[in-house]
Amino acid sequence: MPGPPALPLRRFVVTVIMAAIAASAVAAEIPRAERRSGYDLMGRETRAMQDDDTANPGMLFVLDGESLWKKKTGAVKGVAARYPAFDAREGRPIDLEQRINRCRVDRQQAPALAWESRDLLALTAYVARQSRGLPIDVTIDARTQPFLDAGRAAFHRRQGQINLSCSQCHDDLWGRKLAGSVIPQAHPTGYPIYRLEWQSLGSLQRRLRNCLIGTRAEAYEFGAPELVDLELYLMWRAQGMKLESPGVRP
Amino acid sequence: MASALINVPERARRGEIIEIKTLVSHPMETGYRRTQLGATIPRDIIRSFVCTYNGAEIFRAELHPAIAANPFITFTTVATESGTLTFQWTGDNGFSVTQSATITVG
Repeated sequence: MPGPPALPLRRFVVTVIMAAIAASAVAAEIPRAERRSGYDLMGRETRAMQDDDTANPGMLFVLDGESLWKKKTGAVKGVAARYPAFDAREGRPIDLEQRINRCRVDRQQAPALAWESRDLLALTAYVARQSRGLPIDVTIDARTQPFLDAGRAAFHRRQGQINLSCSQCHDDLWGRKLAGSVIPQAHPTGYPIYRLEWQSLGSLQRRLRNCLIGTRAEAYEFGAPELVDLELYLMWRAQGMKLESPGVRP
Repeated sequence: MASALINVPERARRGEIIEIKTLVSHPMETGYRRTQLGATIPRDIIRSFVCTYNGAEIFRAELHPAIAANPFITFTTVATESGTLTFQWTGDNGFSVTQSATITVG
């Protein structure tokens, strides 16, 4: 006897999932006191890996970044906690990777580093590590407000074939499971992160593109303004939380 | 470029059991993956790790394709005398990294 055709079954499963999501509370921002870093939601072993600098593979990139930097440390303490920040020349906020590349091109007459290249990740990790333990502190003023609003709108916009918004998972369903994994609140507290699944360090933009592909949306290119707006919103949403860079995540 | 992180206690009492932690930078490409065009990505792994304590081998490991990138190896030994611990990783494509750490035993 032929089994039921696969497609209607799959459509049924998707409908059930969608119904479950629709039934949950409407997107509300997470109250300050209930905010949790992904760190708090991950397993004991992964936390131990992040906490011990000789077990945290992100430190390999930090050391690479230090040798690339070849400068006194301490000069960039706190910088990572303030990005994305407004750049007058661009007329919009730029993120830490873009700032590093801007400095290379403008001040050092060096070629820009490719997104997700080992050297750019290493420099970002080296800079971000100097903000470890400091509270996230992005500046929202008249210049950055429109970009924050755009990022917030993107976070709440349903998109992709699955028609999911970021908010549906990360505001409403955090702490519950997506397949075997705990859904975090999506606070960018540890970037660049060493993600065990990637077996490498990766940027926040890589993570965002990953999520977009997960909702079966077409991901923005690296460096797209839409991604930076989203980064700005996420950093604002995590305002005051402590940076852990380089974080380790499952 | 940084290639390995080693954590050995700086000093220990004679006879004390000490924990040694090592982390080495390596992609550990399995040799089983293919590119989008179907070409095999050649294997590139670390094959062996050896630790010597004042010249005497105290720990050895063979590594295989199923081991994740940036292998983290931790083990214990007994602090017998002051001296040098040497760590060596060797693998495909002539990969070889050697680092050492000193320990004072009193």
